[in-house]
Amino acid sequence: MLAGDAGPAVAVAMRLVLAMAEVSRAERLVEVTSAHIDGCLYHGSVGLDFARRLVGDGGRVRIPTTLNVSSLDLLHPEIVDLDAATQVRARSLMEAYVAMGCTPTWTCAPYQLPSRPTLGEHVAWAESNAIVFANSVLGARTGRYGDFIDICAAITGRVPYAGLHRPAERLARIVFEVPPLPPEAYRHDELYALIGHAVGRRAGSLVPAITGLPASVTEDQLKALGAAAASSGAVAMCHVVGVTPEAPTLEAAVGGRGLERLERLTPAVLRDAWRELNTVSPGAALSAVSVGTPHFSIAEFERLTPLLADAQIHRRVTLYVSTGRQTLAQLELRGWLEMYRRRGIQLVTDTCTYITPIIDGAAGAVMTNSAKWAWYAPANLGVEVAFGTLEDCVASAVEGRVVRGLPAWLDG
Amino acid sequence: MLVAASGAGVALVLDEPLSFWGGLDAGSGTIIDARHPQRGEVVAGRVLVMPSGRGSSSSSSVLAEAIRGGTGPAALVLAEPDEIVVLGALVVSILDGNACPVAVLAADDYRRLQSGDAVSVGDGGCIEVHPAGTSTA
Repeated sequence: MLAGDAGPAVAVAMRLVLAMAEVSRAERLVEVTSAHIDGCLYHGSVGLDFARRLVGDGGRVRIPTTLNVSSLDLLHPEIVDLDAATQVRARSLMEAYVAMGCTPTWTCAPYQLPSRPTLGEHVAWAESNAIVFANSVLGARTGRYGDFIDICAAITGRVPYAGLHRPAERLARIVFEVPPLPPEAYRHDELYALIGHAVGRRAGSLVPAITGLPASVTEDQLKALGAAAASSGAVAMCHVVGVTPEAPTLEAAVGGRGLERLERLTPAVLRDAWRELNTVSPGAALSAVSVGTPHFSIAEFERLTPLLADAQIHRRVTLYVSTGRQTLAQLELRGWLEMYRRRGIQLVTDTCTYITPIIDGAAGAVMTNSAKWAWYAPANLGVEVAFGTLEDCVASAVEGRVVRGLPAWLDG
Repeated sequence: MLVAASGAGVALVLDEPLSFWGGLDAGSGTIIDARHPQRGEVVAGRVLVMPSGRGSSSSSSVLAEAIRGGTGPAALVLAEPDEIVVLGALVVSILDGNACPVAVLAADDYRRLQSGDAVSVGDGGCIEVHPAGTSTA
């Protein structure tokens, strides 16, 4: 492949894969069964030139390959406030990846698609939340792939046998213990986002194991936890003992490996996490509410839809829900889409509200139920943020202001 | 040496890892992560010394854009190998031929680097350091 016998695109791709093998000191490569590509999000000329170079050199993916969010919403193009020239380049980038044989899924939650990898399967996924979900919740094996190497893995079908592809590297090195909390705490999605945020801040790139969470934790709660940990830190895999497949017990999660630390996620730690995710106080005026980072699942729509039944969203506030096309199609099939349209709720597909200019936060803060969104948006968009549960988000959208501060179970 | 090239500049030692995506404005080379202790510092032309990468997998692109646009660091010195950083530098070198060197230092040597030191990274992996306040002649 490197010598060019499979074509120049494969040779360039293999050069990068081998460079990564050197960085990770891998002795061999391993075949992967699927890829998820983050390189389709437009950042500038380098990404576009690299994709065009691969297309021009005859680049074609060898394995099923899905695409992450882009900078554009092709189904609701009017909501993205990018200049025309950037839109043209962003569109060209998306087309280049489709031309290489990738499936135009445009979602950051490929694990919500019908076909997903299973326990022990080697894959090459990019997008930090997808990576941590694949490793932790599905038990598939992926490294922390990102721009450029993702498409190289898809073109060669191979990655370095290193990092989380190796069983020993998947064992926990740091344990976080969640002490018993009031029963209502476990029912709210914010607990899982706060835990993820705190774990990411403390674990760095170590594989953590979390103890003390109920077996009833849902995939969406694990999604929120993982996305937060992968944003505030470099967490690419996180065991939840008694929940995730490689952690039936703490002993199984830790294996024979030495622990670096054991930390308790006390209410004080979770309060600090909550404060880090709120830049405004209760009562602050809102300009928007944004949920669906990572992309809203159909189960989350099942929770949101009844909350909106009698809700009249405040005239100053726009409620955004970011989701994948495939979930949007399910929404339509269920006949729910019309209610969302009637209520003026803005569905966002193919992209997300924190990576491209959609929200105008000039008139007030933006509220979200996503720790990842709350962590990134102040720098990305220059907005003030409030963080709370999905229920808080809807209630605040109705009132036009942040209706609640620190959750009662944390106040004390 | 993770990306072989040469570069020299005044060291900027980051106290915490930086996610280039969301943390660096590639247009100006300024650290914009509001929670980063070195927010407001400019990495352009500096030898950027940091423990490791952090956060989003889009960081490679942001670093690559900064290097191509002339707002990136003159060299990167890390405490541990980081794939996202290496990819950003390597792709610019494949496309444009001009590379930003990326080197990893052993913990003892890494800890000795201070912001303000004059640092040059040679393409053979040799790193020369002239501590701040001393003559670089």
